[in-house]
Amino acid sequence: MNDLTPTREQRTAALEGMGCKRKRVEDIRFTQGRGNYVDDIKLPGMLHGDFVRSPHPHARVTKIDDSEALKVPGVLAVITAETLKTVNLAWMPTLAGDVQMVLADGKVLFQNQEVAFVVATDRYAADDGINKVIVEYEPLPPLVDPFKAMDADAPVLREDLVGKMSGAHGPRKHNNHIFEWMVGDKDLTDAAFRKAEVSIKEMISYHRTHPSPLETCQCVCSFDKIKGELTIYGTFQAPHVIRTVVALIAKIPEHKIHVIAPDIGGGFGNKVGAYPGYICAAVASIVTGKPVKWVEDRIENLTATSFARDYHMTTEIAATKDGKVTGLRVHVLADHGAFDACADPSKWPAGFFNIVTGSYDFPTAHLAVDGVYTNKAPGGVAYRCSFRVTEAAYCIERAMDILAQKLNMDPAELRLKNFIKPEQFPYHSALGWEYDSGDYHTAMRKMMETTGYAALRKEQAEKRAAFARGETRDIMGLGVSFFTEIVGAGPSKNCDILGIAMFDSCEIRMHPTGAGIARVGSKSQGQGHETTWAQIIATEIGIPADNIMVEEGNTDTAPYGLGTYGSRSTPVAGAAIAMAARKIKAKAQMIAAYKLEVHEDDLEFDIDGFRVRGLPEKFMSMKDICWAAYNSVPPGMEPGLEAVSYYDPPNMTYPFGAYLCVMDIDVDTGVYNVRRFYALDDCGTRINPMIIEGQIHGGLTEAFAIAMGQEIRYDEVGNVVTGSFMDFFMPTAVETPHWETDFTVTPSPHHPIGAKGVGESPNVGGVPAFSNAVNDAFSFLGSKHIQMPHDFWRNWKAAKDLGAVA
Amino acid sequence: MIPGSFSYHRPASVADAVKLLTDLGEDARPLAGGHSLVPMMKLRLATPAHLIDLHGIANLKGIRRDGTNLVIGAMTTQHDLLASDEIARSAPILHETALLIADPQVRYRGTIGGNVANGDPGNDMPALMMTLGASYRLEGPSGARDVPAADFYQGAYFTALEPGEILTSVSFPAPVAGHGYAYEKLKRKVGDYATAAAAVVLTMAGGKVASCVIGLTNVHETPLLATDAANAVIGTSLDPATLKKAAAAASAIMSPAADARGPVEYRKHVGGIMVTRALQRAVAIAK
Ligand SMILES: Cc1cc2nc3c(=O)[nH]c(=O)nc-3n(C[C@H](O)[C@H](O)[C@H](O)COP(=O)(O)OP(=O)(O)OC[C@H]3O[C@@H](n4cnc5c(N)ncnc54)[C@H](O)[C@@H]3O)c2cc1C
Repeated sequence: MNDLTPTREQRTAALEGMGCKRKRVEDIRFTQGRGNYVDDIKLPGMLHGDFVRSPHPHARVTKIDDSEALKVPGVLAVITAETLKTVNLAWMPTLAGDVQMVLADGKVLFQNQEVAFVVATDRYAADDGINKVIVEYEPLPPLVDPFKAMDADAPVLREDLVGKMSGAHGPRKHNNHIFEWMVGDKDLTDAAFRKAEVSIKEMISYHRTHPSPLETCQCVCSFDKIKGELTIYGTFQAPHVIRTVVALIAKIPEHKIHVIAPDIGGGFGNKVGAYPGYICAAVASIVTGKPVKWVEDRIENLTATSFARDYHMTTEIAATKDGKVTGLRVHVLADHGAFDACADPSKWPAGFFNIVTGSYDFPTAHLAVDGVYTNKAPGGVAYRCSFRVTEAAYCIERAMDILAQKLNMDPAELRLKNFIKPEQFPYHSALGWEYDSGDYHTAMRKMMETTGYAALRKEQAEKRAAFARGETRDIMGLGVSFFTEIVGAGPSKNCDILGIAMFDSCEIRMHPTGAGIARVGSKSQGQGHETTWAQIIATEIGIPADNIMVEEGNTDTAPYGLGTYGSRSTPVAGAAIAMAARKIKAKAQMIAAYKLEVHEDDLEFDIDGFRVRGLPEKFMSMKDICWAAYNSVPPGMEPGLEAVSYYDPPNMTYPFGAYLCVMDIDVDTGVYNVRRFYALDDCGTRINPMIIEGQIHGGLTEAFAIAMGQEIRYDEVGNVVTGSFMDFFMPTAVETPHWETDFTVTPSPHHPIGAKGVGESPNVGGVPAFSNAVNDAFSFLGSKHIQMPHDFWRNWKAAKDLGAVA
Repeated sequence: MIPGSFSYHRPASVADAVKLLTDLGEDARPLAGGHSLVPMMKLRLATPAHLIDLHGIANLKGIRRDGTNLVIGAMTTQHDLLASDEIARSAPILHETALLIADPQVRYRGTIGGNVANGDPGNDMPALMMTLGASYRLEGPSGARDVPAADFYQGAYFTALEPGEILTSVSFPAPVAGHGYAYEKLKRKVGDYATAAAAVVLTMAGGKVASCVIGLTNVHETPLLATDAANAVIGTSLDPATLKKAAAAASAIMSPAADARGPVEYRKHVGGIMVTRALQRAVAIAK
């Protein structure tokens, strides 16, 4: 050994493995405009498709006349439901077990529904063409209010389902009813409410909103008639699932379908499902023999491809006088729009909404969800959350604040009193989940201490007194949120999509010189997988992260995976990566033993290679082992160094966090100022703290937008009125508050590296923190619950209704 | 979001532009920065067959002083206004207002001529021009004329511009030294048009308001001068009761549409508050 021998710290640092704030490798191309997105793909002879859309929310389509459109120079074809019927594709299955019109078949059920697909030589000609297609409509009464969907005299929306009194999830109670989903012990819960010393009941709405990624949904479909092969480039969060769906519905053999998801500019759940644009572009390519591109514009994205939320949650909590919760009862009215196009695991019509007991030890609970159809765009997808987890977190976190107010208790104290205790894990919740791990008290106390919670409450009391004296027009609110997520779908025992278990996968191939490639079944849309996946491998096998290339999104090369959404990549694919790496390491150990002429068991792994126990100078680096794998493996062993792992997780993971929002609201204008926002997240093992921080910032910004104004709104007659970024609140850097982040670490006991997933936590936990802050600000004026979104005029209206402004 | 087809013309003089507009008739539209017109074309709410781009006409750009008047060429961008020392010195309220329009990208392209000629009640410059007592120079097939900003706006997107006419410049007397001013704009986010906005220019004498003009943005189908409100403050020291009276007088002439910014009642209410806050700030600045 000499001075130049690197220290153990230096060797570890050189790997840039887990725990390292490694810079995002993908940003080198993204920040230089060198990403490769779907709209960058230009194939020879490529055509362009665009949709004729319905101006009506509910109408019969009596005639489609394409004769003038076909005269427009450059327009080659107009595809309608009649065309699609010849290939049996006028309707398509949804991931939720429903069927959805690809193009209007006899009637339209929401404004901007796809009616005809115009195919032309360029995008301008296609748009000229859609303006020349003449569609005759016979308007029908629209159904906008989900609470009226099951009225006796409600208009019948889905004529295809008339007489079918049972759907994919059991009996239907009404023509506009989709499913009823019940979980929990009703009798026990009813009894808890009968015995309750105190109870609260509130209808808590989580309004309709939209994931609105920067890049909209798009695809290029190219059918090769000679080979009978279909290649689809698309903005897909789950490319393999898309391949299987296409094989099943288009009857093309699965090996002849190539699905490629290139760089994706944000997904947030919007890009999980299948949309009419994909089917129409594929059919158009088959019909014309040319590649066909379809690119959604912003209006189409906001008004036609999947929305999120629209859950109306009537929530009751039973408790003792001193604030111990004894029961929870929730009824949800879920507005799915015209078709149930939820992107949930197939057996879960309301996703994992039964996480609604949250972080609290409820002895009993009961949940019922009714899904209904309305004349609105179909959905709803999980917008940066594991299936319906953000709705559940909002529901329970609002309800706990309402209970605290009724009990005249501090909301943080009420939570501390009811948390599941560290020694109760693994914890079986009243609604059927097994929480793997958690230490809620520590996280909550850290939040309270770091933010100076008690002092903030004191300041609030003084402000309220000053307001009462007429010295200020500002009111101050503290929004506490303590969320528990359920992510990482999921174990094959309870999760599948169209019958395919929700495992994920990784294949690692090490090259002779000590570099390698990892192909993974997940698909990054901005999460930074190319960076973090390499870090896991670096730590596991001792090869620098820079020497590992990560590739995702090509179904021909990546092993089958279920894709990226629901914070499942780290819990599931991340585990597969660690397991594949461990297979590499096991073979490497055998090779090293052979080369070092010792027994395998005499070796120990030491950062970046194997060392003979007791003989520290006898060492073989992983780099050298890679070389040896290609020329001198032990007799009887196959050469090469590669491994594949498919990981079926034994359980979900349960990230949690404690958030606090400090807000001031000017009652005269309703203008708010988020003075402070503190977010403590516990996602178990932290792979890359910088990426975690970035994910938290992004998710909090979305949560801020949603709670404070972002909504998809329909007027009383079914017109969608929030079809652009002028009215759909998309905050800029100017509006976005400053974020303070913090963490605790409670590793998942069942995950190979103890990681839990983090990308969605801030959206899930952030929304209740903002809404609780607004509600807390107004509470001293006598309000109990104010619905989101809390934009300026609604804040003013709340103040006015409470008598605070004339 | 794809515009229909159109022909593009780039005249080099006002005379050529006027001739093109006259010859091509209703199907032709002047194109300035394009930040109001092009979005309308992308939605096919506007489908001009001919665009007459004014960027080729050199003498439509620039800010100059003409005696006590400031004269601003129609093709002067909002960014040019922000970069001008003359404006910052002589009409700081114009600087302040330009900074509240959209974002830097829009301001690099958007022009003062396009902003005031457009006739959109959401635009910020029209009410300000009325407040400053500006007049617009219009040049058309039958020559040039000057129209006071206060007489220019007839309804949403309806103005005094006659067929074939181009707005070539705006001019206004520079406010007197020591004047107080403020433009208060409530908007939901950067890039949003006003929920309501108020422009105030006033002078003080002996602790009392000596003169006052108040303009209002986006609370009616045209920009408004709140004359009664302004009269209510003249001669006062802006005590709370006067402020209340002024806000009420201003709200009384507002008739905004309900939109995603809020219901009518809210927009009128905050319109009154913008007036109050602009008055308070203007008085604090005045010498
Ligand atoms: C995202 C966004 C946000 C915005 N927010 C604001 C805001 O908050 N406040 C605000 O005031 N504006 C706002 N605008 C509008 C912006 O200021 C425009 O630039 C301005 O309204 C029009 O100026 P222009 O030069 O772009 O005109 P153009 O769009 O080119 O033209 C507008 C109209 O005026 C006509 N026209 C243009 N010049 C002349 C002329 N010299 N003579 C006769 N007719 C003419 C055109 O034919 C057209 O009908 C916003 C724009 C965008 C895109």
